[in-house]
Amino acid sequence: MKGAADLGGMMGFGPINPEENEPLFHAPWERRVLGFTVAMGPTGAWTGDASRHKREQLPPSFYWSRSYYEIWFEALTQLLIERGMLTEKELAEGQLHVPPAAAKRVWKAEDVEPWLKRGFPYDRPSQTAATFKPSDLVLTKRMATSGHTRLPNYAWGKRGVVEAVRGYHVYPDSNAMGQGENPQWLYTVRFSAQELWGSATPDSVCLDLWEPYMEAT
Amino acid sequence: MAHDGHDHDGSELSPIALRVKALESLLVEKGYVDPAAIDKIIETYETKIGPRNGARVVARAWSNAAFAEWLKADATAAIASLGYSGRQGEHMVALFNTPSQHNMVVCTLCSCYPWPVLGLPPVWYKSPPYRSRAVLEPRAVLNEFGVSIADDVEVRVWDSTAEIRYIVIPMRPAGTDGLNEDQLATLITRDSMIGTGLAKSP
Repeated sequence: MKGAADLGGMMGFGPINPEENEPLFHAPWERRVLGFTVAMGPTGAWTGDASRHKREQLPPSFYWSRSYYEIWFEALTQLLIERGMLTEKELAEGQLHVPPAAAKRVWKAEDVEPWLKRGFPYDRPSQTAATFKPSDLVLTKRMATSGHTRLPNYAWGKRGVVEAVRGYHVYPDSNAMGQGENPQWLYTVRFSAQELWGSATPDSVCLDLWEPYMEAT
Repeated sequence: MAHDGHDHDGSELSPIALRVKALESLLVEKGYVDPAAIDKIIETYETKIGPRNGARVVARAWSNAAFAEWLKADATAAIASLGYSGRQGEHMVALFNTPSQHNMVVCTLCSCYPWPVLGLPPVWYKSPPYRSRAVLEPRAVLNEFGVSIADDVEVRVWDSTAEIRYIVIPMRPAGTDGLNEDQLATLITRDSMIGTGLAKSP
């Protein structure tokens, strides 16, 4: 969806202002948000794609003015309530009222390191042959959807060149919406700055795009 | 970005700190998370996973041509051989800067970042100014980081829209011929592996 998170090419946000010797966290609560957001993953209550979709649905006034850990916290809270794992009343009172929902897996301390090292690969055994190959010319679609997509608005309806075939990967547009992994071929596609912005530089932008996002041209 | 400085003392927690504390208690009471696992996750990213890992990868690539070729062909496996793998780095690609191409990484849609080699992303990487401008005006962004790229060199921006995670391999600075990997690693900054910086000169 073209929500507050779809920021590429927007103007008016000002300078980058990198912080000199930035600490890893800016308040103790940020550490806890990182920790329990990561730890909720193995419960299997939602996918990483569903988390991203929840964050991108936050109102622009909130998304553009809060720290990233506040965005994580807000989206996590909403997911917990939506999935019936927690109620508003429990959150307001800090007291349990309904029994817990089932969790697929709960990490113990000793699970953390092996699982973080293993990670959660997104590639799947391919069911089809890839339609495109490097150097192919493609035209992206216009993905005006209220659901989830990883084709940013600035790359809608643009002509690019396939740079690499990356594999057969879980399709976030389905996975985020509870419609299964529905894996698709994933490509890196390069777009000139001229095509994207009318810019007369030798520059370009590469995006990782799934096959349903584009057609041959 | 709003940051509260009021939660250093348990007696005057900020509203967000209070809400975070309340939520964590509920998650623990419901049995969804184990507080010891949360501690372990935090400890891992505070002490074991950070840009020093990525610097080891780059230093090895600068020193060992066979490793550099492996990194180009299969970055995930080459990086795993140094002990760095996993969450948010399952599918790695290494981008080698050359005299004719400077690479720079962004995630315009969220905050995708190669955790096993660079750790947790800095605030600016996750914030609207960088995410909006990196694709539109990369040279102006680079200038703000003190980096100037010649007009005839391509600036290639990589928008991390999928689960592929990118690490930039900066060009090896002149005057480093006699340095070993440990010495080289000290020249490799986090920003040089995002592409918003260059490697330091000795």
